[in-house]
This record gives sequence, C-alpha cells and structure tokens, in this order.
Amino acid sequence: MPEYEKDHEHLPTGSQEQPGFGDQEFRTVALADTEGMTVEKTDVYAEPAPGKPRGAWGEAWRELRRSPRFYVSAALLLLLVFMALWPGVFSSADPNNCPIVDTDIKPNADHWFGTNTQGCDIYARTVYGARASITVGVVTTALVVLLGGVIGAFAGYFGGWIDAILARVTDVFFGIPLLLGALVFMSAFPEDRTIWLVVGALGVFGWMQIARIMRGSVVTVKQSDYVVAARALGAGTPRILMRHVLPNAIAPVIVVATISLGTFIATEATLSFLGIGLPPTEVSWGADISSATTVIRDQPYQLFFPSLFLSVTVLSFILLGDAVRDALDPKLR
Amino acid sequence: MRGTTRAKWLAGVGILALAATACGSSSDNKKSDTGSGAGNSASGGSSSGGYYTASSTEPQNLLQPANANETGGFYPLSMMFRGLYTYDPKTGDTVPAMAESMDTTDSVNWTVKLKSGWTFHNGEPVTAKSFVDAWNWGALSTNKQINATWYQPIEGYDQLHPEQGEPTAQTMSGLKVVDDNTFTIKLTSPISSFKAQMGYTPFMPLPTEFYKDPAKYGEAPIGNGPFQLDTAAGGWERKKQITVKRYDNYKGNDKAKAAGVKLVFYTTYDAAYTALRDNKLDVIDQMPTSAIASFQKDLGDRAIVQPQLSIQKIGFPLYDPEWSKPGAEKVRQGLSMAIDRAAITKAIYKGLEVPANDFLAPGIPGHADVCGDTCKFNPEKAKQLVAEGGGIPHGKLTIATNADGPHREWVTAVCNSINQVIGAGSCEPKLYPEFSVARKDISGHKMQGAYRTGWKADYPFPDNFLNDVYRTGAASNDAGYSSPVFDNLAKQAMATADKNQSLDLWKQAEAQMVKDLPSIPLWYYTTKAGYSTNVSNVQFDVFGNPVFTEVTVK
Amino acid sequence: MGRYVIRRLLMMIPVFIGTTFLIYYMVYQLGGDPISAMFGDRGADPVFVAQKRAELHLDDSLIVQYWYYLKGLLQGDFGTTLNGIPVADELKRAFPISIRLALVAFAIEVVIGVTAGLIAGLKRGKFADSVVLVVTLVVISIPVFVLGYVLQYFMGLQWGWFPATATPGDPTWEDLILPGIVLGSLSLAFVARLTRTSIVENIRADYVRTATAKGLPRRRVVTVHLLRNSLIPVVTFLGADLGSLMAGAIVTEGIFNVDGVGRLIYLSVTRHESSTVVGAVAALVMIYLVMNLIVDLLYAVLDPRIRYA
Repeated sequence: MPEYEKDHEHLPTGSQEQPGFGDQEFRTVALADTEGMTVEKTDVYAEPAPGKPRGAWGEAWRELRRSPRFYVSAALLLLLVFMALWPGVFSSADPNNCPIVDTDIKPNADHWFGTNTQGCDIYARTVYGARASITVGVVTTALVVLLGGVIGAFAGYFGGWIDAILARVTDVFFGIPLLLGALVFMSAFPEDRTIWLVVGALGVFGWMQIARIMRGSVVTVKQSDYVVAARALGAGTPRILMRHVLPNAIAPVIVVATISLGTFIATEATLSFLGIGLPPTEVSWGADISSATTVIRDQPYQLFFPSLFLSVTVLSFILLGDAVRDALDPKLR
Repeated sequence: MRGTTRAKWLAGVGILALAATACGSSSDNKKSDTGSGAGNSASGGSSSGGYYTASSTEPQNLLQPANANETGGFYPLSMMFRGLYTYDPKTGDTVPAMAESMDTTDSVNWTVKLKSGWTFHNGEPVTAKSFVDAWNWGALSTNKQINATWYQPIEGYDQLHPEQGEPTAQTMSGLKVVDDNTFTIKLTSPISSFKAQMGYTPFMPLPTEFYKDPAKYGEAPIGNGPFQLDTAAGGWERKKQITVKRYDNYKGNDKAKAAGVKLVFYTTYDAAYTALRDNKLDVIDQMPTSAIASFQKDLGDRAIVQPQLSIQKIGFPLYDPEWSKPGAEKVRQGLSMAIDRAAITKAIYKGLEVPANDFLAPGIPGHADVCGDTCKFNPEKAKQLVAEGGGIPHGKLTIATNADGPHREWVTAVCNSINQVIGAGSCEPKLYPEFSVARKDISGHKMQGAYRTGWKADYPFPDNFLNDVYRTGAASNDAGYSSPVFDNLAKQAMATADKNQSLDLWKQAEAQMVKDLPSIPLWYYTTKAGYSTNVSNVQFDVFGNPVFTEVTVK
Repeated sequence: MGRYVIRRLLMMIPVFIGTTFLIYYMVYQLGGDPISAMFGDRGADPVFVAQKRAELHLDDSLIVQYWYYLKGLLQGDFGTTLNGIPVADELKRAFPISIRLALVAFAIEVVIGVTAGLIAGLKRGKFADSVVLVVTLVVISIPVFVLGYVLQYFMGLQWGWFPATATPGDPTWEDLILPGIVLGSLSLAFVARLTRTSIVENIRADYVRTATAKGLPRRRVVTVHLLRNSLIPVVTFLGADLGSLMAGAIVTEGIFNVDGVGRLIYLSVTRHESSTVVGAVAALVMIYLVMNLIVDLLYAVLDPRIRYA
C-alpha cells in the first residue's frame, strides 16, 4: 500500500492541515476514501506543531466561544440530552397509551402535536423518542472511537506487517456501505433485536474513518523529535501513547466523531424505516417517521414532528462538529 | 391458500407489499365510467393499440401451471390457461370451462368429459391426455413444482412424491385416459368439493410442446386460455413486464374483450398507484396503505371497493403447554373480546375492512354469525375471562408478524387495544425482520405467543377455510389444533355430497372451534382497487383478482 | 507509475476476498428458511424443500458453501437465485439502471454543488454564504427516506414537475431526475461545502493575488486560476462518490420504483438469496476499489506535485 508506506516518511496529522477534511468523514455515509491522496498532499502544506496540544486547545476554546454556531448547537443538544434523560419532565402523557378511538387527531390543545393513527400522543412519543436516537448516536460513536482508535493506534504505532494487515482489514470494511452492512448485520440477528444490536451493527461498519485518522496521527507523532527524545529517556510504549500520541490525535477524532454521530442517528432511523431497526417496544423517531410515511397524503403533521426533532438533533451534532473543526483549523478563521 | 399465500408472499417481499390483502366492507361497486375528467393526456401510451396495462409482480418461478403460488405467477397463468372449471367472478361459483361434465356418485371416483374443439395456442387440440400428463408431471417430485401437493388427494400420488427417496412411479394410478375426451380420477378418500378445485392452476392441461423442454417452455408458455403470450411484443421481459394478446380461437365463454394486456411489474404498490394516477397504469389490483384513506376521493368512480373471500386472524401455539392447559381457551376468548375490531378497522383501514364474526369469509357458503359474543368488544367480560383462565400464559401476549409487510400497523393496534382493556404491558408486537424467518418459527412450531395468520380462498367452499387449516395434521394447521369433535364433523362434511347437509356439519364443526378458539377471527378484507381513464368495465372477482378478460380499452 | 498500479491491483485481491467472505458470512447467518418461505402461509412441501436445499448446497457448512461460490466465481459463474435465474443476468439487468441513476445524481450534484460552493466561497460571510450553509446543513440532516417521500409527494404528485415513479424495468432519463435529486442531495451538500472551503482557502493564495495584481479580469482569475486549483479535492471526492452512489440507493430505488442494484440487494437480503447479495456486493466492491485507484491517479494528474513510484 503505497500511501501507507509513504506516510512513514512524513505524515499528516490527520487533518488540521487538510482543507475540508471535515467534509470527508461524511464518506462514512458516502463511503469514499481518498486517504491515499490526502497523505501525499500533506507535505505540501505547512505542518502544524504537533507537540503543544494545550496551546492549541486554549486557542480553539477561545475561538469556539466566539462562534454562534457553537452556542446554538450546544444549547439544543443540552436540551435534547435532558429530554432523553428525563422525558417525564417534558410530557406527562404515556407514549404507549394509545386508545385507538383517538386516531388521527390534528394538533390541538390536548395533543400539541396531534395523535397518530394508533391514537398515541405524538408529542409524548417525540419526547420519549429522543432517548433511543441519542443513545444509539452516542453509544455508537463511543464504540467507533474505541474500536477505530485502538485499531488505528496499533497500525500506526507498530507499522510493518501489522499495519499492512490492518490496512487491508480496514479496506474490506470500507468496501461495504454503512447502510448495506448494517442491513445485513441486523437481518442476521432476527431474534434479539435490541438497541445494543443496532449500536453493534453501526459500530462494526462505522469505525474505519476514525482508525485512519488515528493511524495518521500516531505515525506523525511517532517520528517527531520529542517522542524520539522521550523514548531515548526510557519512556515505555503505553506512556508515549497516552502522553504524546493521544492528545494529538484527539482533535480530529472529536470532529469526525461529532459529525458521524449525526450520521449514525440518521442511519438508525433508516434501518427502522426498512423495518429492521429498533424493536417495536422501543419508542423511536425512526419507527414513528417510518409509519408516518404511509399517511403523508392525509396527515402530514404525523411525519413532520418526529422528522423535525430528528433533523434538529442531527443538525446540532453536525453544527457542533463544524464549529469545533473551524476552531481547530486556523486557516478557516 | 392461493391468495393468502400470495398476499403473504408479497408481504415477505418487503416494503413492497404494502397492501397485502385488500379488503372489505361495502360492496358498492363503482364501476360506471365517467370518463369525464380524463384530461390526463399525459401518457395514454399504456393502452395504445387496444392493449391495457395492469399492475403485477415478477413471477417467482418459471411459468408452469403447478409452479405458481403468488400473484406474479398466478396472473399470467390464469390468463393463458383454462382448466376443467373456472369461477364465476361475481359469486365464486364453480362454472364449467373445458369440462362438458364431471360426475361422481361417491366423491371418490370421478368421470370427466371434455368439450371438443378446444386448442392450445399453437393449434394442438386439448385432449384428456393433455390433462393427465400435465398432472402427472406436476406431481412428480423430481420436477420440483411448488404446488405439487395439490395432487395429493389423487390415488398414486405417494409413489410420485414420496416423503423420502426417489419416486417409484411416473404416473398416478388414479388417473386414466378413457378416450380423447374422457378421463377418470380416483381419489384416496371422498372429497365432495373436489370439483371446486379444478379451476386452480395446478389442474391446467399442457401441450406436448411442454415436455420437450419444460424450462424453456416456462419462459414462454403455450396455454389454452383466452390470452396467449405476445412474443412479438416481447413476451416475458424480466423485471419489466409480461405482454399477452387475445387468443382468437379461444372456445370458452369468457373471451377477451381487449386486444391484449401488459402485466407491468411494480416493486411497490405506492409506485403502482402513483403511476395509475398519472394514467401510466390502467388497472391496479391493490391500494398501497398510504392511499387507503384517499383513493376513493382521488379516483372517484374509478375506485373499486368490494368484498373478497379472505380473513385475517391471530393464531395461537396450541402445542405450547401453557396455551393448551385447561382454561387457556377462556384466556383466548377474553383476548378476543378485548379487541375493538370496529375501532381498529376504522382507524387503520378507514372502515373499509369488515369486523369478523365467523371463521368463514362472507360469500363462502355457510357464513353466519357463528362467533357471536366471543368476537364482540366487551372490556368487562374480557378481563373476567382472562382472569378466570389464569391470566395470559407466559405473563404477556406477544403477537408475531413480519416487519416488512403491511401488518405491523394493525398488530400494534390490536396490542394497544388489549393493553387498554387487560392492562398496560399485557401485549406487545413481536417483529420478525422478514416473512421467511417468521414462517420458519411458525411452521416449525417454535412459537410461544400468538402470531398473525391470514387466509384467502382458493375456492369458495368451507373445506378450504376449515379443513385445510384446522384438521389434525392438515398442511396449514400451524396452530397444532387437534379436536376429535372437529375432525369427526369435518370428515363427515367433506364426504357428504348434499350441499346443505354438508354446510350444516361445517357449522357444527365451527361451533366447536368457537369453544376452543384456536385462532381469533379479526376482520375480512375487501378488494380495494382502481383503474385509469383509458379503460372501462373493470371488474374484480371475489378472490380479489382483476377479471382480465372483461376490461375494455377506450 | 506502472509498478504502483500493479501493486494496487494486487492489493485488491485480498480485499476482494475479504469483503465477499464477510458478506457471505453475514448472509449465511441470516437464518430463516428461504425455501419454506416460498410457500407463504401454506404448509411447505417437505420434499420440495429438501430437493431445493440440496441443489443450492444450503445444508453444507459455511466454508464449503463459500468454496462452491468462490469456485464458481472464478469460472465467471455468479450462481443462481432461488428461482433458478442466473445471478449474472440479474446483475447485467440491474447495473445499467443503477449506473444511469448514479450519473443523473452525479450530474445534479456537480452542477448545483459546485455552483453553490463557488458562490458561497466568493461571497464569504455574506448572505449568500449563509444561505448555502443553512441549506446544505438542512439537507444533510434530513434522512434520505423522508426527503424521498416529501419530494415525491410535492414535486412528483402535487406539482407534477417530474415523474413521481420510474417506468418499471426501463426507467427513462426523465424518470430518474427526482430519484437523482434525492440520491445526489447528500453528496451535493458535501460538494458545495468542500468547494466553498477550498475556494476560501485558495482565494488568499499567492498565485491568485499575483493574477489579480497583474491586472487579469476577475472572471478570468476565478475561472482559470482559482476554480481550477480549488476543484482538485472536489474532483477526487466526486470520483470516489460515483461508485458509492450506486450502492447507496437502497432506499431511493425503493421509493421511486427504480429496479436497480440497491433494490436487488435489499430484496435478496429479505429473501436470503445469498448468491445474489454476495454477487452484487462483490461487483460494488470492485467498482469501489477501481474508482479509488482512478481517483488516486487522477490526483497525480491534477496536482503535479504528486508522484507515485
């Protein structure tokens, strides 16, 4: 793999220097991979000083505090997370109390968002649905960061044949689109379809981007003078990884992770739409949107409210990732 | 089971089959054609040259008469073939097609006399041998015909289709050709309704051309029906359409009125309905769920709503000790009373389906309010019965369905209804990702909770709704129901030649079923269909299929 | 360069085998009973089921099944579906349709995406920039099936701008406009943002300043100097995207009745037709790998600073 061999010589810290890299992780969805080229290109750009995470973070934080995008998205996310944790605060109605005689009521004072065909209160379902979506997004992202981080760090740190093998494994997974992989994965476990299975399905097919970034960062840092110095002073591998490599890789990973979080939430909804997402007992936006599509002609509001919340959530994460990305990338200021 | 099978099969196929099963309530046939607002000049191409288009799906198997159990294969075969009998579209009654007569004195030995002068589309005369050879070929296990079990009642079937190993005979001993226009059938046990099965596709005749290369024939079948494959127009174009044209030498009474038909394959009913509204499609056989509320308004006089011989039910795993212990039948009766059928059909189906009061669909001889109070919504009684029966087995009722069909909505609604009556958390849907997985557990007797189960008539007779589903050991007895009382009455009813006497016996058998309640009848489906401004005289038969021969192109 | 290409091609082999095995393994895990399912609610004929299972090697172990599959594949045999249709025929039918759809989506995303990105980049911080930003974010955050249904309902049914569903079997270009918009929307948003970022970055580059300084008209600076250089990352993204557009259409194809690869894969998964699923995915993986190679080479062509050894 030429690009891998090559970055042993010089290396990209993943992304800071790469314009629009933030757009690229979307290829988790779009599934493209231009790693080869980005690597080649990096030596052309000025290399950021990798060794001073604290300074960079302070700078970024100052930048963030000036970004309205950051405030808007952070406020929305706080609200949504609060909703996911304590839905009872927002709605006293039971989302599973669905008297069929209350079918298809338009939004009114009793039912702010109306009721669906089953007679369930849409406002209550929308509030309670936050938990499933946000859990899937957050836990999947955590899993992906862990999985991709470990694999990427391994490949980057050890290099050689381990790197070559992990690179091929990464390619294998990259070749399968997230939705397609998750579709087949979910179908393979018809019996115990839980929220954790959805997380697993998305995690298994969603870690590659993080792994590549992580690997890139590790390769860069590994060859930097201060790591060589640390090693000469007798620092062990774990210490080097923890102290020097991680802080450096974390910034691009955070950006990618925040943005893919939105992607995972949207993909979960799509799985539910295809009928193989969360179990029916779970109140979720995806499932509600899916059943609302059948009444789009007559009761569009049933589609509107859960879709709105889903989109706002996805949007908030993307905005946040975007703001962080801009804060970390001096060139875009 | 053709229908159910078909509905179900489709349902198995994904988002696709949204509307599986249409049907129900009012029988207001709005067939008169206004043709007024026809302003849609948009396409019109669909019906050019006297051909019209109808929605269908890709046949799942080669087009061989014993090899179709889903709409995609059934439609073209039913257009290109005619058997001994066919069904009156309006009543479902058995009416002669190729048969001059089909007589029996004991319901075991049958003598068939054919009308003469009928020919296959290639000119070959249809003879007694055309039938006998075709049935033997279809029954032979090595030919792998999906509907081979339809020949099971015929003597000698066991040798052609042994449970284990290779067949030991090539022809069924129960079939004998007497002369060109006569053959005899001997059954292993008396079946008074056997004649009523003769309109179904496995019992069609085949030309000698077929045996030269059955697979090649399956791509371009030659039948004896009112339509023949229009090879010049492309014939069967995979994943696209099948084009047939009128067979001018057809001898039956139901000659085709239109010059030809294109059966166009749609992957979803939504897509088909959209095309219909664009006038790109002329006849649609089912409405997508998304259009149920609006299609009558959208189409006006071109909307069709009429009863269909099909029923939706919830089945129980009676092989499970918890569900078969004494008292469990009270729980099932209680659950049945906890379901507000009227409100559910109103909410989900906009009142187009009819709440059930019998295991037989209306239109099947013998249909009556047999279920009575057990099928009526009664919250107090429901609670009481469930409590008397010792509560719901396993603590909670699950109703299994496949998530990829249109059934999820109503299963959820039924559960909600039970939850409202018996208490929150009493019932929840259990979703299977696909039909095949659900099927495996249901037929493998691995269920612990209830499951959805539908039935659509193959032929309009109680046998088909009762004997084929509830007799001990019947092929489709998924519940594992076994009642000596029912079995005994069913056997008598099957053997009784007198229709009224037979129906009376069936009614007694049903009374036993209401006591045991192996399944809960929910509602009957109606045919919900429609057509474009390019065609007129569009009718649907009682099975929910378009009467292709009657449609006229403007 | 030649050596590089050969190395890349060789490296595709393990990736190809790995991917097909992974998919094969998952489809094998699907369970269910595809043959019995052919009978619907009617009890299955055990004799028929046993014969079909033997014919399709369904009772063999995973490795043995995969071996049969790989062996066939090497001889150019993609296997047959449950109904006995060669998978190769299915692929031959479905791929041209998906390619056509991908091209429509591609054209839409290039034309609209690059234009929007260019405007946003040139008017950075102005109103037009904000509009592009907001619109692209909104598009990204709406799940594709919601977008599909909504556009189909309004643009197809209510307003009649485009055909709401495609002609079965043989969609025309016109039929593919609406699904193309839906399919391309996500990438369109990325292309717009990528173009903007790239323009913003290059607009302050020395060569642009030089060009402006020597008195070239603005139009010429933008089109010849700025755009050309800024489009390098965009072009590479687009190259890789063309392959993914074909695979990503599972939902879109379903909504618009386009019987392409996405639909084929989805239906085969639900029917547990492993040979079809694996065949289609294998073909997609090949396209993906080849597109990636082309993109990397293209990059070298576009940016003379890059050399492959």
